[in-house]
Amino acid sequence: MSGTFVGMPAFPEAARAAVHNATLRGNLRHATHTIRAKRARAVAELDDWPALREAGRRIKDHTLRHLDRYLEQLEESVTAAGGTVHWAADAEEANRIVADLVKATGESEVVKVKSMATQEIGLNEALLAEGIHAYETDLAELIVQLGKDRPSHILVPAIHRNRGEIRDVFRSEMGAWGRPAPEDLTDTPAELAEAARLHLREKFLRARVGISGANFMVAETGTLVVVESEGNGRMCLTLPETLISVVGIEKIVPTWRDLEVFLQTLPRSSTAERMNPYTSMWTGTTDEDGPRAFHLVLLDNGRTDALADQVGRQALRCIRCSACLNVCPVYERAGGHAYGSVYPGPIGAILSPQLRGTASEIDASLPYASSLCGACYEVCPVAIDIPEVLVHLRERVVEGGPAVRQGNKVVLKPARGHAAERAAMRAARWAFAHPGTLRAGQRLASRTRRLHPRTLPGPGRAWSGTRDLPAVPAEPFRDWWQRTRAGRDGAE
Amino acid sequence: MSSRDRILGRVRRALADVTPDERPYGEAVPRDHLRVHGERTPEQTVELLAENLADYRAVVHRADAEGLPLLVMRLLAERGAREVLVPSGLPTRWTAAADVARIHDRAEHTPQRLDRVDSVVTGCAVAIAETGTIVLDGSSDQGRRRISLVPDHHICVVRVPGQVVSSVPEALERLDPARPLTWISGPSATSDIELDRVEGVHGPRTLEVILLS
Repeated sequence: MSGTFVGMPAFPEAARAAVHNATLRGNLRHATHTIRAKRARAVAELDDWPALREAGRRIKDHTLRHLDRYLEQLEESVTAAGGTVHWAADAEEANRIVADLVKATGESEVVKVKSMATQEIGLNEALLAEGIHAYETDLAELIVQLGKDRPSHILVPAIHRNRGEIRDVFRSEMGAWGRPAPEDLTDTPAELAEAARLHLREKFLRARVGISGANFMVAETGTLVVVESEGNGRMCLTLPETLISVVGIEKIVPTWRDLEVFLQTLPRSSTAERMNPYTSMWTGTTDEDGPRAFHLVLLDNGRTDALADQVGRQALRCIRCSACLNVCPVYERAGGHAYGSVYPGPIGAILSPQLRGTASEIDASLPYASSLCGACYEVCPVAIDIPEVLVHLRERVVEGGPAVRQGNKVVLKPARGHAAERAAMRAARWAFAHPGTLRAGQRLASRTRRLHPRTLPGPGRAWSGTRDLPAVPAEPFRDWWQRTRAGRDGAE
Repeated sequence: MSSRDRILGRVRRALADVTPDERPYGEAVPRDHLRVHGERTPEQTVELLAENLADYRAVVHRADAEGLPLLVMRLLAERGAREVLVPSGLPTRWTAAADVARIHDRAEHTPQRLDRVDSVVTGCAVAIAETGTIVLDGSSDQGRRRISLVPDHHICVVRVPGQVVSSVPEALERLDPARPLTWISGPSATSDIELDRVEGVHGPRTLEVILLS
């Protein structure tokens, strides 16, 4: 994934700074609570929500189970409609394909629709290295780009910024990128949106190359779908002569009709709207309307590795709505940056370690960035059981074992940082296998219970600093059982 | 090996647990969700469309065939529009009363030229009541996608009840995926500042929908 995040510290370290930032916590709390209530209302309008959710889950599962077939079908339909399909096994290859396509047009700047896939592969940085300037046109992406910041939310990458901070970024940075912000810019959202409109309009009108992702690709028709709000997507998809779309291979749905499910669940789950302001659908190229050349870059970059994991593959159902971020108590407090990936929040905690592997400190720590409360699963419009995958990935981190990386079968070593955990588990296993020792130990613990410390020593202090240690009973359970129930109820 | 073969090979190896006798698409995907939410007469469906359009800040008007040219004239005049974009197949009657220069939708117009036009008048392919959405499909009364995008003022005429459907599933059935489609639900908006919806970014900031009966 993006080089931006290389060398990120583990989640607890990164989160520690974030939770002490009162402004950040205030911004996140305000935004996530606003959207939470609205989403619940939008979802409640549809009395068949559970059926839509189940249909979405099944459509995506079926597609993933026959992904090879649907990829070939999609390639055929897109090609028949006048598009060109490229295949990219990893980020580097995707970036090279896009850079070469842009260079072939002779252009040195491109306009971009917000796209998670292009953030994931670090496309902007790769293009810049080739002398090509990529302008982000989504309002939140613009805020992030101008502020030399990193995205912290899937839908609203600048969610960690409040209106005052956004005004400051616009005032100080817009001038260096193009049309400056008005001198008297205030922090009302309408004025900020107006400033972005004026700043970006000149870029849209002169753009010759547009770059996008896609929310859905329909295998049977070759249709791509982009769901958006501002109109920047429509600008990038229709005004340039060349359109390049970089899309993850898991974004396929088999049929045109399948869109009826996701076009109902996605807007309500993400922006809590009955329908988002603009949805664009295009199939290849159309004579004299929109781009004359259309390139589709199909991106793997770890997705097939996730597909090989029978528990983890459900993460590939994700339609990037970000409802799970908005309800997550951990995300609300730690913010998106602590996740060290363009995919933050609960979905990021299961997606990043699967796309990137669990070798780095941050990726090995992500499955632990959760209290397993399950709110994410409740709101997920494609019913991804995020807690289940988190626990599965924790096991992989601690125990190691077989996995697939870059298409190759590997055996992962147990992670180093979890030696104490493994030792404790080994000791527990041994103790439970030796009932005599277990009984003796429990009796000893009961008799010495008045001497037990209230807090743990050493590194355990952090854990017991905010919790009471469980009290040891005066008599072990098994002794109590023997004494009171032995011989009755058919017990021994 | 090409990347295509490499990726397809990885996919096939990843799916080694999938047996060839798995349920086909038709059986694997249940469609227990509703085709339409609630029961309505055609008039009530049009009413719901008007409500939902207005809820997302589109301005809704009603007219009959006779009143339409005058209404279009009034809306353009109130806006102070001097130039209006018209798709090639737009009934000429619709803008006949308006005292404006008609700019025809042509391939050779540059985006900069379109940016100087005040308003655009189009028809639509279908309108969805439950979501307050109008869909354009590039037919001759709607024109190229860019003409309903660059001008800041869009007047869209919906023939009711003929062009109105209740729901998203019904709309998809009527639409042709081979055509370039634009679904519009209210004027351009953003939720990017504190996750709160604000109208008016890059697309037309004023959307007026005329329900033509």
